Amino acid sequence: MTAIKSNLDTGSELFSENAAAMRGVIDDLREKVAQIEIGGGERSRERHVSRGKLLPRDRIDTLLDDGSAFLEFSQFAGWEMYEDTVPAGGILTGIGRVSGRECVIVVNDATVKGGTYFPITVKKHLRAQEIARQNNLPCIYLVDSGGANLPQQDDVFADREHFGRIFYNQATMSSEGIPQIAAVLGSCTAGGAYVPAMSDEAVIVKEQGTIFLAGPPLVKAATGEIVSAEELGGADVHTRTSGVADHLAQDDTHALAIVRKIVANLNRPKHVELETRPSRDPLYSAEELYGVVNADIRKPYDVREVIARIVDGSEFDEFKELYGETLVTGFAHLHGYPVGIVANNGILFSESALKGAHFIELCAQRKIPLIFLQNISGFMVGQKYEGGGIARDGAKMVTAVACANVPKFAVIIGGSFGAGNYGMCGRAYSPRFMWMWPNARISVMGGTQAANVLGQVRRDGMEARGEEWSAEDEEAFKAPIREQYEHQGHPYYASARLWDDGIIDPADTRRVLGLALSASLNAPIEETRFGVFRM
Amino acid sequence: MIKRLLIANRGEIAVRVARTARRLGVHVIAVYSEADAGAMHVEYADEAVCIGPEAASESYLNIEAVIAAARATRADAIHPGYGFLSENARFAEACDAAGLIFVGPSADAMRSMGDKATSKSVMEAAGVPLVPGYHGDDQSFEALAKAAAAIGFPVLIKASAGGGGRGMRIAEREGDFSEALDSARREAMGAFGDDRVLIEKYLTMPRHIEVQVFGDNHGNAIHLFERDCSLQRRYQKVVEEAPAPGMDDERRAEIGNAAVAAAKAINYAGAGTVEFIVDATDDGANGPFYFMEMNTRLQVEHPVTEYVTGFDLVDWQLQVANGDALPVTQHEVTLSGHAIEVRLYAEDPARDFLPAPGHVVAFEVPIESTRVRVDTGVRSGGDIAVAYDPMIAKVIAHGADRNTAIAALDGALADLVCAGPTTNQAFLRRAITHPDFVAAKLDTGFIGRHADSLIKDDEGSLRPALIAVCADVLQARRHDATKHAEAGGEPGSPWSVPDGWRANLKAREVFVFTHVDDALSVAVLHDGDVVHLGLPDGSTATLPQDRHIGWKTYRTENTLFAVCGGTQVRLERVVAVEQDAAQSGSAGNLNAPMPGKIVSVAVSVGDVVTKGQTLLVLEAMKMEHAIKAPADGVVGDVFLKAGDQVTDGVELIRLEPVETKS
Repeated sequence: MTAIKSNLDTGSELFSENAAAMRGVIDDLREKVAQIEIGGGERSRERHVSRGKLLPRDRIDTLLDDGSAFLEFSQFAGWEMYEDTVPAGGILTGIGRVSGRECVIVVNDATVKGGTYFPITVKKHLRAQEIARQNNLPCIYLVDSGGANLPQQDDVFADREHFGRIFYNQATMSSEGIPQIAAVLGSCTAGGAYVPAMSDEAVIVKEQGTIFLAGPPLVKAATGEIVSAEELGGADVHTRTSGVADHLAQDDTHALAIVRKIVANLNRPKHVELETRPSRDPLYSAEELYGVVNADIRKPYDVREVIARIVDGSEFDEFKELYGETLVTGFAHLHGYPVGIVANNGILFSESALKGAHFIELCAQRKIPLIFLQNISGFMVGQKYEGGGIARDGAKMVTAVACANVPKFAVIIGGSFGAGNYGMCGRAYSPRFMWMWPNARISVMGGTQAANVLGQVRRDGMEARGEEWSAEDEEAFKAPIREQYEHQGHPYYASARLWDDGIIDPADTRRVLGLALSASLNAPIEETRFGVFRM
Repeated sequence: MIKRLLIANRGEIAVRVARTARRLGVHVIAVYSEADAGAMHVEYADEAVCIGPEAASESYLNIEAVIAAARATRADAIHPGYGFLSENARFAEACDAAGLIFVGPSADAMRSMGDKATSKSVMEAAGVPLVPGYHGDDQSFEALAKAAAAIGFPVLIKASAGGGGRGMRIAEREGDFSEALDSARREAMGAFGDDRVLIEKYLTMPRHIEVQVFGDNHGNAIHLFERDCSLQRRYQKVVEEAPAPGMDDERRAEIGNAAVAAAKAINYAGAGTVEFIVDATDDGANGPFYFMEMNTRLQVEHPVTEYVTGFDLVDWQLQVANGDALPVTQHEVTLSGHAIEVRLYAEDPARDFLPAPGHVVAFEVPIESTRVRVDTGVRSGGDIAVAYDPMIAKVIAHGADRNTAIAALDGALADLVCAGPTTNQAFLRRAITHPDFVAAKLDTGFIGRHADSLIKDDEGSLRPALIAVCADVLQARRHDATKHAEAGGEPGSPWSVPDGWRANLKAREVFVFTHVDDALSVAVLHDGDVVHLGLPDGSTATLPQDRHIGWKTYRTENTLFAVCGGTQVRLERVVAVEQDAAQSGSAGNLNAPMPGKIVSVAVSVGDVVTKGQTLLVLEAMKMEHAIKAPADGVVGDVFLKAGDQVTDGVELIRLEPVETKS
């Protein structure tokens, strides 16, 4: 294979400026995540611990294999979405190794609003289940939740993608042979009671876990019966009498040990059908990525500099190098796995779209996972291009992306605007995983562009009516539009709403992709059947 | 001519005898108990026969089984090693009766020396000086107490049939006599089936100096100089050396001749040792010497004599057994340099040298040279069994002079690795480098007198040990993960990089270890290729650069051993989810400190006991251990009875608090 020869001048002023700007946004990212990590704050953490319970992240650490990585999803879920702060959306999700195999882990954070489900909590839970289903990963639910957040009931209960979908997913995943395992480490009330009940195997902690459809106050109100929580739905009741849970644990640690044993007994060998090889570090340091990416998102740079810092040995065998040059395609290895890479290197033209479609077909045919590096302001516009059928060629690429049945991974490394987002496997195209760099932006078009478009429409209208529009008035009109786009296109805004699976440090891209790739291989790579390509 | 030699022993001595036999072209037959099927001495032999279950009484001490094994393997001779049947006259006779050569003295010689009282009267007749004492047949309490008073306290009570310190007690004053006598008798009965005792004057500054003798069946007897075995603990030799420091040539000739006279008095053939006690109060090694006993076998410490004389004593034993004359005459035996031996034991000096049998995770001996020799029957992966002597190895060094030998021995002890059981290795190093030892200020009270400086926790070792162990855990984890990844067809999987990676968060972990009774937490922070450690003492370290050179680590499951220069730190890694939730034992329980056999139970349910009172006696590793009340209380339950076998940690007695009646 051919190694990319980097032309990056790490001594240049531009490099320093870029790196400083990137470090700025990464510092901000880490600071915010450190805040999120604390969950519901010191007081509720202390209260939680004083009950003899482990904190949610400690539960994960204890459950995972010694030293296992944890590929956490959507740390920003719920960020600035509600009047209440709901750190991480009140639920932690991710993939980790348990007893030697990758599992999706879903952990309620009872320090955040008692672990109740806000709309974003539901969305995050369902997204974790979707990841489990697509990648054929066992699900481990560490339950400690008061159920639906009642004030938000209209946004969590009734719709298809609401609370009930959790149990639908459990049932249908179980039917697909995807193990569903629950450990009840706290409350598990009302609808939540179905999480353990719908699981293949369930553990409950003595004098800590409770499972009931209605808690003592509701029971008293309904029938007058006075009963303690422990008598009503405690561990003894459920492991000895009702059979709602299968294993009785003395405490959190014991429960997690039982979960590990359950996973160890799953008998689910992982069959990797790729030609793998040992991993080799890239020739260039990942931290140099900070200086590669221009602080000004509109300024172009060669995306090969990014690829060179992500793939094994910086080796990249390009496909159609001389054709449709604004899209870079080629084969590489990442952590020893073969991958196809599709990366933007400018605006998409017909040729670039055709090249992209062709390359995606190759990967689908060969069952090679695809990585999309998005930095796209959109498809070329104008009479010449419309006349040349750019919509038709764009459609070919979108068709190829949509239908390709190999694991697809998308990373937004810059802008993700307009139909470019579609062609480059945006969220709507169900990539197995999707991440954003902290410098990235996502919206239907760029803020300036949107302001200009709207300004132009308004100016045309005013001019038709013979009105004057002063430069100040025009700026006063455009500024809030740019601001809105900047705000809504920001990674925190996007990630808060789960338009992606998380914001990652560019230097972690290689690791994150590798973890996700490996996890995705738990599902066999299916044959692809493409739709009609408009010719 | 001995062609096929059966070695009726185990451990290092069986290996050592086999080594010479094989060098001489003799076919070696080992015997082993069921517990020793995988032992080193078995693999050292040309063939091996199982002679019974683990209990020595049913295997290594079972004369019929040993003879049967010899017959079955067409052996023509039996070497008994030391211990077990080596000084058993009945066994020597049984060999004769079976037409087998017994490599050792005649049954008569054994009998006359095997009984202390008889041996003393024989020696008295031969003009060998004796310690003032009572060796009479009247074993009544009155007669013994009267004799003790006549000799003058302190006195030593010894089992007539004994050896090796078993059944031996000191009575400091008259008031202690009765209890010491009972204890000596009980131990003697248990060990030898004979509770007769003798009483001797107890010397306050004694040195133990013994002389190696050799006789043949042609009337020759010579000596191979003396050994000084004054460093003892509970009458067990710990350090042995030759020649005796400070002894002048005149005295050397004198004591050697006395030993030869002793040997000749009983027409001794083969290897023997005449033990003397020297009153070192005024003249050190040249003080008055008294005959103590004669051991009619090859001694544990014979290698030091081999080093200073250049002879192979096992070779000589076989020559004598073949009926040959001794290969040299007295004047051909010369002394060359100085040799010192230490006995490495699986025992815990900090817990009163409690035997510490267990699994040997790693055993690495220093490279043997002309200056260093290690005799052992243990290797990595083996076990120090509860049923037998807990000696792991003998480390012997030779030098042109005593200081050179000490330096070589200390170096060898620093290099030797025995990971797993608690050992006296660090204690031995401190003993042989102690200023008083270097200055040869020796007597049998040495260890007791210097206990504080010889037995101490090496506080400074914990930090480097923790660092080494953390490095080991991290490396082992990487190694396991890589293997797992390769086996799974994903050699490059980042899931197999066990550095606790977290998205946008620090990769932090806490390693918890148990050290003795303390839980120690180490904060582990992964930072690219390095790992920062926050240690329990508040200090920090960075791996790999802060790992101390010289600390090696060994592990079995979650138990890790950090070893450096003979010091071992055992750390148990606590892996939260692997802990069994059910906690065993609770306050008020008395648990067996080690596996063993219950000798006697002194209390019954309902007894009110006071702190320090003996509740029961446990015998393990050939030693009695009194289990005492940790506090005043009432015996709530007794779970075992005399004769029961117990495993480590088993609850023996439940003690309840005394209820005060109002």
